[in-house]
Amino acid sequence: MSKTDVIGSAAPQGLRGWLSTDTPHSRFQARMGRLWFGWLTFRRNRLAMLGLSIVLLLCAVALFAPLLAPYNPVQGVLNDRLQAGSAAHWFGTDNMGRDILSRLVYGARYTLLVVVLVAVTAAPIGLLVGTVAGYFGGWVDTVLMRVTDIFLAFPKLILALAFVAALGPGLENAVLAIALTSWPPYARLARAETLTVRTADYIAAARLQGLSHPRLIVGHIMPMCTSSLIVRVTLDMAGIILTAAGLGFLGLGAQPPLPEWGAMISEGRQFLLNQWWVATVPGLAIFIVSLGFNLLGDGLRDVLDPRAGGNG
Amino acid sequence: MRKYLAGAALGTVLAMTPYGLALADTPKDTLVMAFAIDDIISLDPGEAFEISTGEYTGNTYDRLVAFDIKDVSKLRGTLAESWTVSDDALTYTFKMRKGVKFASGNPVTAEDAAFSLQRAVILNKSPAFILTQFGLTPDNVKDKVKAVDADTLVFQVDKPYAPSFVLNCLTATVASVVDKVEVMKHEKNGDFGNEWLKTNYAGTGAYALRQWKPGESLSLVANENYWGEKPKLKRVLIRQVKESASQQLLLEKGDVDIARNLEADQLKTAKTNANLHLVSAPKGTVWYVGLNQKNQYLQKPEVRKALKYLVDYDGIANVIMAGRATKHQTFLPNGFLGASNDTPYALDVAKAKDLLKQAGLENGFKATIDTRNVTMTTQIAQSLQSTFAQAGVQLEIIPGDGKQVLTKYRARNHDITMFQWGADYQDPHTNAETFASNPDNSDEGKVKTLAWRNAWDIPDLTKITAANLMERDSAKRAAVYQDLQKTILENSPFIIMFQETEVAVARKNVKNLVLGPSFDTNLYAGVSKD
Amino acid sequence: MTGRAEQGGPETVRPSRSGARQASPGRIRLKRAGMMALRTLGSLAVTFLGLLIITFLIGRVLPIDPVLAAVGDRAPADVYDRVYHEMGLHLPLYQQFFDYVMRVFQGDFGTSVLTSRPVLDDIVRVFPATLELATIATILGVLLGVPMGVLAAVHRGRWPDHCVRVLGLFGYSLPVFWLGLVGLLLFYMKLDWVGGPGRLDAAMEDFFEPVTGLILVDALLQGDMEVFRNAVSHITLPAALLAYFSLAYIARMTRSFMLEQLAQEYVLTARVKGVSEARVIWRHALGNVMVPLITVIALSYAHLLEGSVLTETVFAWPGLGSYITSSLLNADMNAVLGGTIIVGGVFIGINLLSDLLYRLFDPRARR
Repeated sequence: MSKTDVIGSAAPQGLRGWLSTDTPHSRFQARMGRLWFGWLTFRRNRLAMLGLSIVLLLCAVALFAPLLAPYNPVQGVLNDRLQAGSAAHWFGTDNMGRDILSRLVYGARYTLLVVVLVAVTAAPIGLLVGTVAGYFGGWVDTVLMRVTDIFLAFPKLILALAFVAALGPGLENAVLAIALTSWPPYARLARAETLTVRTADYIAAARLQGLSHPRLIVGHIMPMCTSSLIVRVTLDMAGIILTAAGLGFLGLGAQPPLPEWGAMISEGRQFLLNQWWVATVPGLAIFIVSLGFNLLGDGLRDVLDPRAGGNG
Repeated sequence: MRKYLAGAALGTVLAMTPYGLALADTPKDTLVMAFAIDDIISLDPGEAFEISTGEYTGNTYDRLVAFDIKDVSKLRGTLAESWTVSDDALTYTFKMRKGVKFASGNPVTAEDAAFSLQRAVILNKSPAFILTQFGLTPDNVKDKVKAVDADTLVFQVDKPYAPSFVLNCLTATVASVVDKVEVMKHEKNGDFGNEWLKTNYAGTGAYALRQWKPGESLSLVANENYWGEKPKLKRVLIRQVKESASQQLLLEKGDVDIARNLEADQLKTAKTNANLHLVSAPKGTVWYVGLNQKNQYLQKPEVRKALKYLVDYDGIANVIMAGRATKHQTFLPNGFLGASNDTPYALDVAKAKDLLKQAGLENGFKATIDTRNVTMTTQIAQSLQSTFAQAGVQLEIIPGDGKQVLTKYRARNHDITMFQWGADYQDPHTNAETFASNPDNSDEGKVKTLAWRNAWDIPDLTKITAANLMERDSAKRAAVYQDLQKTILENSPFIIMFQETEVAVARKNVKNLVLGPSFDTNLYAGVSKD
Repeated sequence: MTGRAEQGGPETVRPSRSGARQASPGRIRLKRAGMMALRTLGSLAVTFLGLLIITFLIGRVLPIDPVLAAVGDRAPADVYDRVYHEMGLHLPLYQQFFDYVMRVFQGDFGTSVLTSRPVLDDIVRVFPATLELATIATILGVLLGVPMGVLAAVHRGRWPDHCVRVLGLFGYSLPVFWLGLVGLLLFYMKLDWVGGPGRLDAAMEDFFEPVTGLILVDALLQGDMEVFRNAVSHITLPAALLAYFSLAYIARMTRSFMLEQLAQEYVLTARVKGVSEARVIWRHALGNVMVPLITVIALSYAHLLEGSVLTETVFAWPGLGSYITSSLLNADMNAVLGGTIIVGGVFIGINLLSDLLYRLFDPRARR
């Protein structure tokens, strides 16, 4: 069925009516309807909306960085270094005479990049490991969960540090290192979810229809885990940003002169006493964006995962 | 549950109450320093070869001879009262100073001096080459270095080296005199007490070791038995603080007397603070950029030269390093025998473009630069990146931790790298050997001089450098080093940029801190506090 | 572990629950417990071995020459080669690994290249610093976090809830190294409320002879109130900082556990029966969430015990985190392995303990 068809048939009540009908005509409509109600709930949560706006703002800033940034983020004028905020440089300049606002604006790209890349690598790994372990049980479960435990027992930042050291510096490698250290909790979560659904009747029915294991896992089990996983990943995004910043702080994240926020704090910390803005501005940026993701995740949880604190 | 709330309240109070009242200035009889001393791995002078350990042994041990810290070319006797060199320049005879005691109370004899040198050679740790280059081996050292009586030490070398070279090497940490009786008390499995001395002390210096807590602190107490002028302060406490921002806070607050690792901009602020003053000294350390000759672009002489015109020497020295370095382009640091002060290169993009054109690279090329991920080097690398770019040379900066960058460098896997080179001992040969000699340029080459690391094959220079060691006429010897410096300046794959200046920032009441030309001549003995 | 905590730990609770339902004879129960213990022990051994193998592999793939840390850059070739052999690096990896594990079983963790001391001595020295910090942070985190979480749950959707929520989210969103530096600038430099970087004033530290390594405890044992006050002034800021982060986590989890409980029927029943509101909340509901809460607290404690490299760097705190990090960056693998064993051991140990508490405190198991 094509989308226009459906909308056309629902035209009398308008789009809103189509979405809020209690007799959906198609699975697609039902799904959209559920999303619509979720959105209504979500919209009532003012903090979550704030979070969403922060994240959207981050995306916009990242997208339009070349338009927004008043100066070149990597090329500075050494003679203008360490200036305080002024009309020319709103947030002042750093030790290489670069405009901090411009660096901040471009830095949004790297922050977003790190977050997205880690999310799209770590979450699927965790999902796969968790669902496979939970679905098959037995020795598969034991082996996979042991591996998960081993990674969990490892100090996270140190593991990331080791990976970065082994892979070499650079943003992509930092992303990979963080992803490699952050999948285990997702695996555990996915496994727990799988355990609750694997004995459900509809799974048994699907199995009787002769569905293969991979198709069962991908088609019927994974979708059941995604909502709680999305919530979890959103809540973790702040942590990812902070870990990336921590690597940058230790000098093992982005390569200079990339305006990665953690590296900016790292470079600015020696000026903390006298030119406090150099380290403080990126620190605040990290804080605001992390807060945005956290608020968003909190709101999403209320919508998607009612068990953990919906309208009780 | 009321208990819970009470606990919570108490917790809040605990977190909020000011405890600042308990803080006071540092004790009057103690010098407290914030210093990044995490490079210390062993306190045994026969093994110690790091910057911080150099400073430690400089204050706690003595050598037979020492150089004058005001004029490095002048030598004076310390534990040796006098010395003579035989006419064939093969035998050195030292007369020991009388009445000197170790901190333990044992008298210092020629036997202790002989034992110390033998021990260093037999242990054969990293710095032992400073002694073994005179033909000493674990097998022959007991014959070549020996005490003929309690006051006389004889030291024999295998070739007629320039005496200044031999004596300069004997001022190095590895030649420190240790207390034989004390050390041998702690010998285990024929290790000459190495295991024990790694964390303990047996010397004659102005200060004696109290304790070393790795990663935390190093503390010294005045040596009651010291033979020279007694130190003014009873104790020296060095607190390991890695973060320069933390060092700055501690210093400004008066919780330490001296901060040793402040960054350039922090120094600038310190200068304007009436409670602080700066003590600085040029060191025998040069900053250079190495161009790997295995790289197809960098091996072209025009490119090497062009890149020398693409460094903003003055900008980096004045703005980024601001007081921590001076412009210096030859391989011998100021103060060394024969050192040249030539600085023919300056940022000149047009000239560089011209040279690149001659090399057929008018469109530039791409290369990576490996640097340590500390603030200053990263900033310098970024400056290089921007000036190189003006002539079309695209630099990618690869930051890494110190050992990581070094590993790659030693494997000759870099394109361009930036490093410091500090003199191993106070003789020009230490730098000439590394910049101007490369006995075996194959990948299996055992002598990993800087020339080797950058795959610069220089058989002729290698010969000149080796031969100059035998030149007993100081003036002639200096002249050869002048020539070598000129050649290196002209052709080498080294862009030597700066000579390092060490800067310590002290509280106003701290007087007479001495920073010498080398790391083992940063002396605390004269320091006093008002 | 978080997954388990949030899911109410189905796999750990199940045996005791079925045991209670079937009211089976003690012997079967005992046998089952024995089996459980054996299995736990087995999986522990596997986890440890896995940890070691991975650490070993990391040591191999690190592009850092381990000999460099021992001999430095200037050592001549013969010294380098000798040390290379002394460190056993010429042996095949599996043999190095085997030798290492054999030595560990004999209680020998090897010697650290960086400190020239046995790794075990090093850990005995650095771990108390981390332990002290983590323990105080956790105590503060629990004392403040639990009541805050309860308050938020009880006043769900009203201002106390929002306050707690925002405060908690702040805690999740601040870069610790930045907050640490700003905290030092403000509370140490400008206001003079707390001590600076380090565990004690430098001069005091030198005279103080530690026994347990926990300075606060040692000072009390020795009756030295001056040292105690000084240590408190130094630990306050880093501990408060870490406490804030664990508080954020604990309050959040407490809130969600409490919400679940307050929606249960027995709460309504109790209220109908006229049990006071305070009793319902603090006694019944909180009593029932104690079990998952303990897991959460244990988890956050375990994380702090790993040592925070960033906090330790900023506060010049000589703890486990910076020890492992600097060892790692020097490829000082004995130290890294030793540190990993301790961290892994603590992590696993605390999880075991919380499992045990689970069984002790779980009302279903008690009945």
